[in-house]
Amino acid sequence: MILATEAASSGGLHFPSIGHLLVWPGILFDGTIFELNKVGIIYLFATIATLMLFIVAGRRAALVPRGVQLVAESGVEFIRESVVNQTIGPDGYKFIPFFLSVFFFILFSNITEIIPFIQFPANARMAFPFLLAMLVWIIYNAVGVMNQGFFGYIKNSLVPPGVPPALLVIVIPIEFVSTFIVRPFSLMVRLFANMLAGHLLLVTFAVLTAALWTKGPLAAIIWAPFIVLIGLTAFEILVAFLQAFIFTILTAVYIGGAMHPEH
Amino acid sequence: MLELLAQADQSVDGLKAVGAGLGYGLAAIGPGIGIGIVVASAIEAMARQPEAAGTARTTMFLGIAFTEALALIGFVVFILLNFA
Repeated sequence: MILATEAASSGGLHFPSIGHLLVWPGILFDGTIFELNKVGIIYLFATIATLMLFIVAGRRAALVPRGVQLVAESGVEFIRESVVNQTIGPDGYKFIPFFLSVFFFILFSNITEIIPFIQFPANARMAFPFLLAMLVWIIYNAVGVMNQGFFGYIKNSLVPPGVPPALLVIVIPIEFVSTFIVRPFSLMVRLFANMLAGHLLLVTFAVLTAALWTKGPLAAIIWAPFIVLIGLTAFEILVAFLQAFIFTILTAVYIGGAMHPEH
Repeated sequence: MLELLAQADQSVDGLKAVGAGLGYGLAAIGPGIGIGIVVASAIEAMARQPEAAGTARTTMFLGIAFTEALALIGFVVFILLNFA
């Protein structure tokens, strides 16, 4: 609001610069190595929320789940049915805790995008999506090496079955790049760019709405960007869920591929 | 001379903005068509075999995620060219 009124008073519509939207000054422990800004606090909140969800749900487990326990159990059910069963199969059940924590952590750090007064998806900064993607990369490679042995894993991931030997010269480099480099990169970019794009969209329409608010006759059409803003907020809730789901299911696909090579 | 240099500098900035916009537009064409095809086929599959709707939906999201990646990389390039 402050931004928009400044913009209106200077006579034109000024969009805040990208640095203004993404770079946050430190709030706590300023100047030390533990300095926390808004993004760090959102991540702390997401971690604690994920932990508390399952601690509270598990402490007084009732036979008929209610409240927090219901949320946690639906989460487990959702991950088991829609993620693990569709991609790995029953022998992937030992990864359910990992998928659950990844899903809820990403969901909680995305959903701050539409919570009033926070309104920033922490994953719109690249660092943490990168860390998560590296974690997934390490895990699926480790799973592959444990299940197929080092050379078996390398061979199965680089040589697709049924390729004529003459084509291997082209196929092996392509498979190498796509399996070991593009996978973590696209995991990171997908999460980060979706959240950044959503944040920029919301900012654009919020700035438009606020600018029209303060401009006499133009207030007649203020409802137009405002309705779009409301619609986009609903859409961003969907995107926050969907990105958490897609990150989890892609992780499951990669781990499943490392567990069961194609024949 | 200095003025000329300053002008050239400005036009480089302008070209950057034009290139970023065009680049993002071009990067959005392919994934747009691709996501359309993915979703259309998934709907067709769900309509033909409603009992397989769960599998079709999961696979559809996977397909969308892979297709969408290109458009998102285009968006990142746009951001980098304009603001970095």
